[in-house]
Amino acid sequence: MSSISTKGIRKVIFASSVGTLIEWYDFYIFGSLATVIASQFFPKTNPTAALLSTLATFAAGFIVRPFGALVFGRLGDLIGRKYTFLLTLIIMGGSTFAIGLVPGYDKIGFAAPILVLLLRLLQGLALGGEYGGAATYVAEHSPVNKRGYYTSWIQTTATLGLFLSLGVILLTRHSLDADRAASIAKFNDWGWRIPFIVSILLVGVSVYIRLKMKESPLFSKLKSEGKISKNPLKESFVHKVNLKMVLLALFGATMGQGVVWYTGQFYAQSFIENTCKIDFEQSRTILIWAILFATPFFVVFGGWSDKVGRKWIMLAGMLFAVVSYRPLFGKLITISDIKNKTEITEKKEIKTTRKVITAANDTLRTVAVKTFYDDGLAMTETKTDTVYAAAGKSTMKPDIKISKILDTGGYWQMVMIVFVMILYVTMVYGPIAAFLVELFPTRIRYTSMSLPYHIGNGVFGGLTPFIATLLTTIYTDDKLVGLFYPILVASVCFIIGILYVNNRIDPDVSD
Amino acid sequence: MNLLKKISGIIWILAGPLAIYYLVKTAAAEIAKKPVIDTKIQWGIFVGIFIPIAIGLMIFGYYALKGEYDRQPQSSDEL
Repeated sequence: MSSISTKGIRKVIFASSVGTLIEWYDFYIFGSLATVIASQFFPKTNPTAALLSTLATFAAGFIVRPFGALVFGRLGDLIGRKYTFLLTLIIMGGSTFAIGLVPGYDKIGFAAPILVLLLRLLQGLALGGEYGGAATYVAEHSPVNKRGYYTSWIQTTATLGLFLSLGVILLTRHSLDADRAASIAKFNDWGWRIPFIVSILLVGVSVYIRLKMKESPLFSKLKSEGKISKNPLKESFVHKVNLKMVLLALFGATMGQGVVWYTGQFYAQSFIENTCKIDFEQSRTILIWAILFATPFFVVFGGWSDKVGRKWIMLAGMLFAVVSYRPLFGKLITISDIKNKTEITEKKEIKTTRKVITAANDTLRTVAVKTFYDDGLAMTETKTDTVYAAAGKSTMKPDIKISKILDTGGYWQMVMIVFVMILYVTMVYGPIAAFLVELFPTRIRYTSMSLPYHIGNGVFGGLTPFIATLLTTIYTDDKLVGLFYPILVASVCFIIGILYVNNRIDPDVSD
Repeated sequence: MNLLKKISGIIWILAGPLAIYYLVKTAAAEIAKKPVIDTKIQWGIFVGIFIPIAIGLMIFGYYALKGEYDRQPQSSDEL
């Protein structure tokens, strides 16, 4: 293994990482555009149902991931890593491109949401097969003293994929018209398709790069010796000696890692936007900056794990998350809470617009009240209701939307808080590829490591924003109650990790 | 340490059914509160996906109790 040149390993890392990054990008743009997609593909008459349908689709995307891990993991252990993770890339790219082309519900009726759901399921399936292949492929090329360092480059791709998806969405949203409002309107109408369609170009380049790569040397050796597994699923999950390691990987590592990851990168953004009521763009740029500053630490912690072992870095990340989530999220509330601020009354702006909406001269009234505070925060409360021409008739419940624009200080404080949360992500996620690779033998590695990874991330992690939001709707008094779920899961994982996980670095993964 | 691993195994075995009970109870309450198809689908998915995981936790606890994690494999030949 150590015979591979530095240039050679760089090529391996590059080819694997670019493809994985694009797969994550493809997967995230759907989630990031959930609201817009809801308005396009689900009945507009009931927006709540439409949004819930999309959330269900989103969850379905995550839940099929473990199945993808089984299907493609098995394939990867039977026919090889290279062709399997090439296939997952093509399926992912094709599905993403196709979502961008599906006509809306107003054109083809219920065929539209059904098609989108099926394509989303394919995306989830492909993602389930991608990561295990890329991590295994890089690890099987790496020397023992740099396995954590080299595989950590693969670990950066999930976060960079999110970064890329947010960047492309924001860029597209603002470049469709010189007028900002018109540009956003065009984006919501048809421009949202661009990030999906663009994906095919990225996938094309990545497929070309991957086609030029050779099969993993360890898998090739195993194949030439006729030692590949005949039934990877049975060997992985029926044989007790391996099943116990799969269970350990799930409950002692990936379960906690998954919730820390999704809390730091997804629930944090949702919390900033929906609970703190921070403006759409600010809530996203806060995450973009935090990701940019934190991403190098994946490589730092991955490399460090080659020296001190994987276990304690991952568990420290979980412990920090458990003890600091409530104060960190509490601080996000404090920064945006107007109760702590003094209003500058003379700067208050009230703008009322009316638009006739019926032949009977009923009008849609929008009152936007913009309030400024002493620290620079500005809050806009937009109230929309219908004013009926007929006497005595009034809107039952006006629609009220609140959006806050943070001052520079508050903005960067939030960036710093999210940065800290993503730093925890880098601790738990940076070394985990090397940890999983070392846990299983070459002949069933792809299958065995993919399933716990995708249950940990897809199920435990992927459902974090949903379960956390659900808890806040049940226990409405405590805005931080949603954190109970990630804290509980990470705590259990931390205890299991402390007790049962070994800190040993496997000197030989070729067996 | 090995004794602690074994004793903790009992906790993981018990945590499985407890998690299933809480999950099913919450699912039933949520569906009763809002008996629409969306709620049923969502909770159906949750119950369907988390029950096998809870069973996995019980198996993990059983292995721990039996001392399967007292000494872990040092090479793939042991797997």
